[in-house]
Amino acid sequence: MSLEKVRKINGRSVYVPGNDIDTDRIIPARFMKCVTFDGLGEYLFYDVRKDSDGNDKDHPLNETRFSDASVLISNANFGCGSSREHAPQALYRYGFRAVIAESFAEIFFGNCCALGMPCVAATQESVKSLAELINEVPETEVSIDVINSTVRAGDLNFSVDIPTGAKEALTNGRWDPIAELQEAKESIDHLVTDLGYLKRG
Amino acid sequence: MAKNLFQKVWDAHAVRVLANGQTQLLIGTHLIHEVTSPQAFGMLRDLGMKVKYPERTFATVDHIVPTDQREQPFSDPLADAMIKELAKNVEEFGITYFDLSTGKQGIVHVVGPEQGITQPGTTIACGDSHTATHGAFGAIAFGIGTTQVRDVLATQTIALGKLRVRRINVEGSLRPGVYAKDVALHIIALLGAKGGIGYAYEYGGSLFESFSMEERMTVCNMAIEGGARCGYVNPDQKTFDYLKGRPHAPSDDDWSSAVDKWKSITSDPDCEYDDIVNIMAEDIAPTVTWGVSPDQGFSIEGKIPDPMEETDENERLSIQEAINYMKLEPGQPIKGTKIDVAFLGSCTNGRLSDFREVAKYLKGHKVFPGVKAIAVPGSQIVDAIAQQEGLDKIFSDAGFEWRAAGCSMCLAMNPDKLVGEQLCASSSNRNFKGRQGSPTGRTILMSPVMVAAAAVSGKVSDAREVFQFEAV
Repeated sequence: MSLEKVRKINGRSVYVPGNDIDTDRIIPARFMKCVTFDGLGEYLFYDVRKDSDGNDKDHPLNETRFSDASVLISNANFGCGSSREHAPQALYRYGFRAVIAESFAEIFFGNCCALGMPCVAATQESVKSLAELINEVPETEVSIDVINSTVRAGDLNFSVDIPTGAKEALTNGRWDPIAELQEAKESIDHLVTDLGYLKRG
Repeated sequence: MAKNLFQKVWDAHAVRVLANGQTQLLIGTHLIHEVTSPQAFGMLRDLGMKVKYPERTFATVDHIVPTDQREQPFSDPLADAMIKELAKNVEEFGITYFDLSTGKQGIVHVVGPEQGITQPGTTIACGDSHTATHGAFGAIAFGIGTTQVRDVLATQTIALGKLRVRRINVEGSLRPGVYAKDVALHIIALLGAKGGIGYAYEYGGSLFESFSMEERMTVCNMAIEGGARCGYVNPDQKTFDYLKGRPHAPSDDDWSSAVDKWKSITSDPDCEYDDIVNIMAEDIAPTVTWGVSPDQGFSIEGKIPDPMEETDENERLSIQEAINYMKLEPGQPIKGTKIDVAFLGSCTNGRLSDFREVAKYLKGHKVFPGVKAIAVPGSQIVDAIAQQEGLDKIFSDAGFEWRAAGCSMCLAMNPDKLVGEQLCASSSNRNFKGRQGSPTGRTILMSPVMVAAAAVSGKVSDAREVFQFEAV
């Protein structure tokens, strides 16, 4: 199984402001009544994008000038709360390929990485400058260099934080770990026997 | 070298270090439910894989089950399809399933401990962020995504970066009317919803030593609301006593060696932590949230903050957004805020001790006219014992609807939902926008006894006043 080496993400972006944007907001629970992830993109940020009659509300994702965005920009603790992988799946299926935020909730971060979708952390100042630029010039191309941990957009150039493990996995096409995990079959069997409790229960 | 519990359990379960520096960690116990597992089984089939250790995965159904209708097919065809899918998957792969007919069904984080599946010194994973609950037994327990559920099913391992450990000491005893839930909310308000990112929380100190297992579970449950992927308490005699004799606990023959093993994984007295936080139990008040993040909380005497007094721009925006959504005004006391719904239940506060404690005060009171109040036991076993003790009668006499077991209105994937802008006094764990089923519904988190006080007074109230605590 050969996976894409995720080294550069280029695309337009959209700024969804707010700290602590939780996964319930990214994908409300009622849309998780499904046995596949298909079609989740349609319900991304549904309750903040749509009113009770399904009409558009004031939200950046509803603005046509951001309709081609593939990079999401937000603030601190993005993706907090529920572990639902439905959230990154909805982002991905909507068309996003990377998230730039001040910080990320851990489970969300791991779930995104397992889809090959980088989450890169920037300072509050960098996010602010980028958001201002994008809101002024929406067609600005944002370029994320995963290997060098930098983001470039127009005249802006700033460094971002990508934890080593995620960076290594993304850039070398190892972001889906299943093949690597399977290699250790024998060691796993030994450990299961050694630990004892797994056989007892 | 002296180690803390997290380091010991992590090291014992580390299979190897992967090429990217993460650890391949063995998951001793895997819990699954109907919402986050079907896609994982789908991926497994697509890859032509089998479940490697089916005896180490345990399933139940909790998120989507109705609490008023238990016969299938459910009136919601999507919910019915999900429960059928789970039944098909556990059948095909030979997984133990606590379904509705077993009398053992319930919220996965109530069922695990109840069945003695949750044990000290183990690693536990579940596609559910509140898996941290199981840390109350001295397990390293955390929520995972669906792709990782697939990884556990296929290999019994996941790839994970090691966490740092923050010790949170709470010393002393709680004042009357202050509960484990208040401790959880207080810690989250103090350290923030993102304060725990990158950390496991080790809860300790004399308060946690005095806590029952159920109180420890309440606090560990909400570790994730503080950003910590897992939280735990070192196991002690209370832990062992709780587990003794439970269906999946070690048998009598294995018991003493199991206890020796469990004692050996507790944090060494001279071990180091990456951070230490000290809190005095007497400083903790009955705590309620006022916003749309669990860290937006304060004492019941609190007044809604003024965003204009916040210097950080993003924080100011967060406060403004929260009070707009909650329809509250800066400076307004939270006490006295009118409520529409009272919800007792969830993996945070849906255990027997929660209903027993509320019942002590609820007797002789009536739910305020117009308030919808529901009590949802965390499991069929909690339900059965509560009924034996006559607790259900106390609740229904007071005007609560006594329901069947499930997650219910904590996340409202079943028919239990807020309507419109209803405001709910809730013993659950999240006050996110829309969390309780209405996109404009509002949630105030609090302890079960505070929920009861709100239910009978029709407004957010101090339970110590409503129930005249000295008199009990």
